[in-house]
Amino acid sequence: MDYLYFPGCTLYTKAKNFDQTARNCSKLLGFELKELSKWTCCGATFPLATDNLMALLPPARILANAREEGNVLTTLCAVCFNVIKRTNRLIQGDGEKRDKINNYIEKNYAGDLRVLHYLEVLKQDIGFSQLKEKVQKPLAGLKTAAYYGCMLLRPFSEMGFDDKERPSLFEEFLEALGAKAVDFPYKIECCGSFQSVGSPEVATECAYKILTSAIKNGAEAVVSTCPMCTFNIDHKQADIRQKYLDFKPVPIFYFTQLLGISMGLDHQTLGFEQNAIDPLPLLREKGFF
Amino acid sequence: MSQSFNETEQAEPTPAQNGFVKRAMVIGGGIAGISASIDLGNAGHEVVLVERLPSIGGRMLQLSETFPTLDCAQCTLTPKTVETGQHPKIRLLTYSEVEEVSGKAGDFLVRIRRKAAYVDWQMCTGCGLCQQKCPSKQPSDFDRGMGLGKAIYTLSPQAVPNKPVIDPARCRYFKEGKCRVCEKLCPVGAIHYEQKDQYVEERVGAIIAAVGFDLMPQERFGEYGYGKVPDVIDGLAFERLNSASGPTTGEIRRPSDGKVPKEVVFIQCTGSRDPERYMPYCSRVCCMYTGKHARLYKHKVHDGQAYIFYMDIRSAGKGYEEFIQQGMEEEGILYLRGRVSRIFRDGEKVVVWGADTLTGKKVEVSADMVVLATALTPQRDSKDLAARLGIVADEHGFFTEVERKLRPVETAVEGIYIAGCAQGPKDIADAVAHANAAASKVQSLFAKH
Repeated sequence: MDYLYFPGCTLYTKAKNFDQTARNCSKLLGFELKELSKWTCCGATFPLATDNLMALLPPARILANAREEGNVLTTLCAVCFNVIKRTNRLIQGDGEKRDKINNYIEKNYAGDLRVLHYLEVLKQDIGFSQLKEKVQKPLAGLKTAAYYGCMLLRPFSEMGFDDKERPSLFEEFLEALGAKAVDFPYKIECCGSFQSVGSPEVATECAYKILTSAIKNGAEAVVSTCPMCTFNIDHKQADIRQKYLDFKPVPIFYFTQLLGISMGLDHQTLGFEQNAIDPLPLLREKGFF
Repeated sequence: MSQSFNETEQAEPTPAQNGFVKRAMVIGGGIAGISASIDLGNAGHEVVLVERLPSIGGRMLQLSETFPTLDCAQCTLTPKTVETGQHPKIRLLTYSEVEEVSGKAGDFLVRIRRKAAYVDWQMCTGCGLCQQKCPSKQPSDFDRGMGLGKAIYTLSPQAVPNKPVIDPARCRYFKEGKCRVCEKLCPVGAIHYEQKDQYVEERVGAIIAAVGFDLMPQERFGEYGYGKVPDVIDGLAFERLNSASGPTTGEIRRPSDGKVPKEVVFIQCTGSRDPERYMPYCSRVCCMYTGKHARLYKHKVHDGQAYIFYMDIRSAGKGYEEFIQQGMEEEGILYLRGRVSRIFRDGEKVVVWGADTLTGKKVEVSADMVVLATALTPQRDSKDLAARLGIVADEHGFFTEVERKLRPVETAVEGIYIAGCAQGPKDIADAVAHANAAASKVQSLFAKH
């Protein structure tokens, strides 16, 4: 089965490594990501104002166009996923808003797309036990921390991604690849998000706590599903080091990069040049390359 | 087994006048049920007291000390349970459950299941040898999973009646077909493994349902670790820790490693007043008992620090506000107004993240133990009992009185009354007053006929 795919802006720029590895792995897993023929920015945050109609238009337009091309839509970026899934849900459930939106964008979209995160595709449609069988190079001995962040999970009632307080889907995925997933209390805490623009010290502090908690619990690498989180916990490690001199850098992966390694992809194709902390020394030490 | 466990003065039913049976049944042997039974017995009416557990006393028997006087719960309760057990007008049917109710005021017929105790209570002398020697040790429900209990047990050394029962789910003989230690040791041959449940019928003129409450299980609270963090306990567990008859003989020692906790966080409103996720109502007793817990903790661990996270402090009751103030001012309990968002284990510590909404700051406490004041709920099967009695229970399962203000113990069914926490959360004083009222309503009903 092929999936309609909404990459989102970041996956075309700062997170090409996320996009490319996902596309390559899909082929190896027997499905294709069919990029939507037309798409725009998702809006980047789900509008929270009562009068949110204007802000709902971009994701609604993406959904309506996607519906003309298929019935299952998948995304990788946790923020896009949050915006698109929630907009879809709103169109499904709120008749008045649905009519207004449809009138404005001149479509007739009913909210009947199935919106899945790539991890959900792997879990629900492929199955982690199947995935495990397809692994060429098990990530044995690699201790990882599955960092969910907020957007995959919250608000719990709308996202329905996994258990609200102690999710385990991401860990199950990593274990299927042969890695060890350590438990750490900060796994669903906020990365600081857009605070990194206005009050960077707030975001740095968030990232510092997340990373030190993961390291303290034995992680050698942290795994992310979100370019926003990755920016804060990977690219901002330089800022953390300026403030906390004893902080040791820790590699951050997109989950698709680890999937790629386990599928036997060559490290040149995994886009590590976009990772702020070079993960290759760790991967070599573990004997994966 | 012979027909009944507790052969207290099997008095003849009070003669029915015009066919109206002036004999009452009380369902539930907690402090409310006991109070109502004693009232009715003293008024000269025969009472059948049905209790699900092997002995009477209810939740109060689990408590260590009670607010606002800090007197020992067992010391105040035991005279009452003994009085109930010895009362010539009260017939105890413990380890029994009401299965079916038919008829009307003055003539109810109640079918009761007497659960197999696997011990002949008439022969048993209550010597306790079987409990001493039973090799099966498992976490005890009465001690909230902290102490070890035997497969043949009474709820407490002062149990009324002081007769043990065997839990087949824990007994080696029932599970593995081997053991029979209690049978071999029993000096009077009272152990009967082949005993079966028995059914008895009782004819009564009025019924008081006083089945009490339960606590919301800790496993429901994901943000507080789903009950998986060993040093996060609930209020009743703290009562057991502080109780001289509890698993630590009254020393405050945390479950994971038995160390004396030096920093304890108490969290009020866990599951209460949270309409979006849990229970919308106020559980009424938590503000007081949490204040009490913190004070009792300070009395035993002088260099310890107690923190209480609260939303509001509801201390409406005689002497209650003074009790809380004393804790704050004289015993140095730190009250933090705000909720706790997460609890997790970090090494030997239990980390608590919360907010202090008065300073607007985030608070992180690296504690040794956390006590959750979990919401009071009805008994899990209260709706079934309500259906059997033909009375109304609300959406949660609390029994509904026929009129909120003026008829607080009557139900829509004549002759059936409610008392205690089965109607809604109450403290002991209120539960007893409610039970006294229910008993007096029964007397008025009987006096009319």
